[in-house]
Amino acid sequence: MSAFPLVALVGNPNAGKSALFNALTGARQKLGNYPGVTVERKAGRLSLSDGRPVELVDLPGTYSLDPTSPDEQVTRDVVLGKQSGERLPDALVVVIDASNLDNHLRFALELLSLGLPTVVALNMVDLASRDGLELDPAVLSRELGVPVVPTVAVRKRGLDDLRGQIETLLNPAPARAKALPGDFNAVRAEAKRIAKAAVVRETPSRRLTAAVDRIALHPVFGLFMLLGLLFIMFQAVYAWSEAPIAMIEGLAGTLSGAVTDALPDGLLRSFLVDGVINGVGSVVVFLPQILILFFFILMLEATGYMVRAAFLMDGLMARVGLSGRAFIPLLSSFACAVPGIMATRTIADSKDRLTTILIAPLMTCSARLPVYAVIIGAFIPARDVGLGVGLQGLVLFCLYVAGIVGAMLVALVLRMTVTKGASGSFLMEMPKYQWPRPRDVLLGLWQRAVIFLKRAGTIIFASTVILWLMLSFPKAPENSAVSQVNYSVAGRIANGLNVVLEPIGFNRDISLALIPAMAAREVAVSALATVYSLDADEDEAKLERSLGDRLKDNWPLPTALAFLAWFVFAPQCISTIAVTKRETNGWRWPLFMVGYLFALAYAAAGLTYWTATAAGL
Amino acid sequence: MRLTDLPLRQPAYVDMIDWNALSATDGQRLREFGLIEGADVEALHHGGLLGRGPIACKIGRMTIAMRRAHAAAISVRIGDRDERA
Repeated sequence: MSAFPLVALVGNPNAGKSALFNALTGARQKLGNYPGVTVERKAGRLSLSDGRPVELVDLPGTYSLDPTSPDEQVTRDVVLGKQSGERLPDALVVVIDASNLDNHLRFALELLSLGLPTVVALNMVDLASRDGLELDPAVLSRELGVPVVPTVAVRKRGLDDLRGQIETLLNPAPARAKALPGDFNAVRAEAKRIAKAAVVRETPSRRLTAAVDRIALHPVFGLFMLLGLLFIMFQAVYAWSEAPIAMIEGLAGTLSGAVTDALPDGLLRSFLVDGVINGVGSVVVFLPQILILFFFILMLEATGYMVRAAFLMDGLMARVGLSGRAFIPLLSSFACAVPGIMATRTIADSKDRLTTILIAPLMTCSARLPVYAVIIGAFIPARDVGLGVGLQGLVLFCLYVAGIVGAMLVALVLRMTVTKGASGSFLMEMPKYQWPRPRDVLLGLWQRAVIFLKRAGTIIFASTVILWLMLSFPKAPENSAVSQVNYSVAGRIANGLNVVLEPIGFNRDISLALIPAMAAREVAVSALATVYSLDADEDEAKLERSLGDRLKDNWPLPTALAFLAWFVFAPQCISTIAVTKRETNGWRWPLFMVGYLFALAYAAAGLTYWTATAAGL
Repeated sequence: MRLTDLPLRQPAYVDMIDWNALSATDGQRLREFGLIEGADVEALHHGGLLGRGPIACKIGRMTIAMRRAHAAAISVRIGDRDERA
């Protein structure tokens, strides 16, 4: 793609590679995909001291050049120059964890045998010395025959030195391959010998991590801690978001007021106020809540807790025939099912992986949050149920739990039927705990915010505009007994669809909102906002009211509850279907997924509605 | 004794691994983690209620988690490797 020299970052998982990549490239990153495979390509720009740019690519972490998953395959193919869409790197930066030399050096030796110009980044030297391990980089450099730079990526230590070494490597020099000393065990022994030579001082390891793990991995306390963390996370989504949401709402209100005053009553004003500001605004308002959710997930990942959570959950995962590894893609799916499904690539067993993909949409993604939030806000009183626990947060928590329980049951059934096979496995390294660099977390949040706002500006905007068009035409005749919504194209379609949805308590407006919600779930909210905004046209007083209040006027409680239940299983958005098709190589599994989710959503909403009605709610 | 029976925080070393009981990929991953005959090993945590969860153990300076089925394929001996005959 460019004539800049290409440098690849390569190393074991948990060597701190991504933190080093962030530190070297800053926010100038480009995410993409390798052609033909669905492995993410992370590239960034690095400037040398003389201003020359270098393209730096962050390869997926792997333990050896003998791949066991598609990600690891890409790493091997890139460093061998066999990956389509990627040049052979001009130089390698091999990242090794200073406190795990034996293991990481073995892979480093494999990489050195390739003969590419190489520099070794001896990363996380601070954590190693915290653990009582002092190393001599000079000895390591002499033994390996390449420069070794001690770094602390999260504190930006050693980066200038590393940059300087990369610069030296890129000046043409004959590269020398270090021959491998033989088979796997011989390489291992050599790695061990070098590691031993490089150690200056060593005391028994990992006191801090071991101490925390005694509680975090305890079968009882650990589980309480995990549940507690998740609970705090969902409470925070509400508690921390109030102020910023009020700000965004205020801004949207001022904006639509200004447009209403500036323009004469007519199609353009209706388009801007009802379609654009009300529609898109009703989704953008959830940005604070989505960012809070992502903040927690990024923190869990960066601190090293995520693998612990997988460890705690593995017993349960095994019981429904899944791999403990599936827990990480599933937890990511709380943010969005698309990266979650892509993250299943770390699961080696194909049946295991397929099951995980099929249940990933049952994890409550952040796009469902706006739907939950608006309905809960309207129908569930903001009461304290004691101990400072809010009823609204509690209901939200229950909805998430319903999704999880549903997913487990579906997995159990799938593993006994369509994805029958050997039970999964769980083999993972547990990284040391570490405090993430605030900048890395902020960068992650920023990337998420951009993605969300892009969606709001494109898919959500387009769906909202199309829906507004379909709702505004044809115009109902003056003094007609039929309302504008009922008279419009969309209203007529919804009235047809309503025959099927009426038994489960859905009204026409819901039927109407469900169609564009296939594009993105949160559109259901903007769709409802547009419908009620158009319906209220004649009545200025009604227009002033929030969407929540309007819903409360129009929906009985059982309908609202059924709507929530529907969205626990809601047939997923088009992006999820597309990524499932790509990951499973065909239409068979995405269609199966859509079918079973529709059936479940219908049944769940129906049961909720009938139960609530019978209970007299 | 099997790794599943090893008391927690009791230093031991790997005596024998029944590679046939492991799938090829799982076996490879274990070797890459440094879990081979002769390696020092210490069980740290048993996960899950009712003792059916995975086991976390220390191999060198690394902590890895594995299921009981894998741990059962690994025979260990109590003691320090360097002290054995």
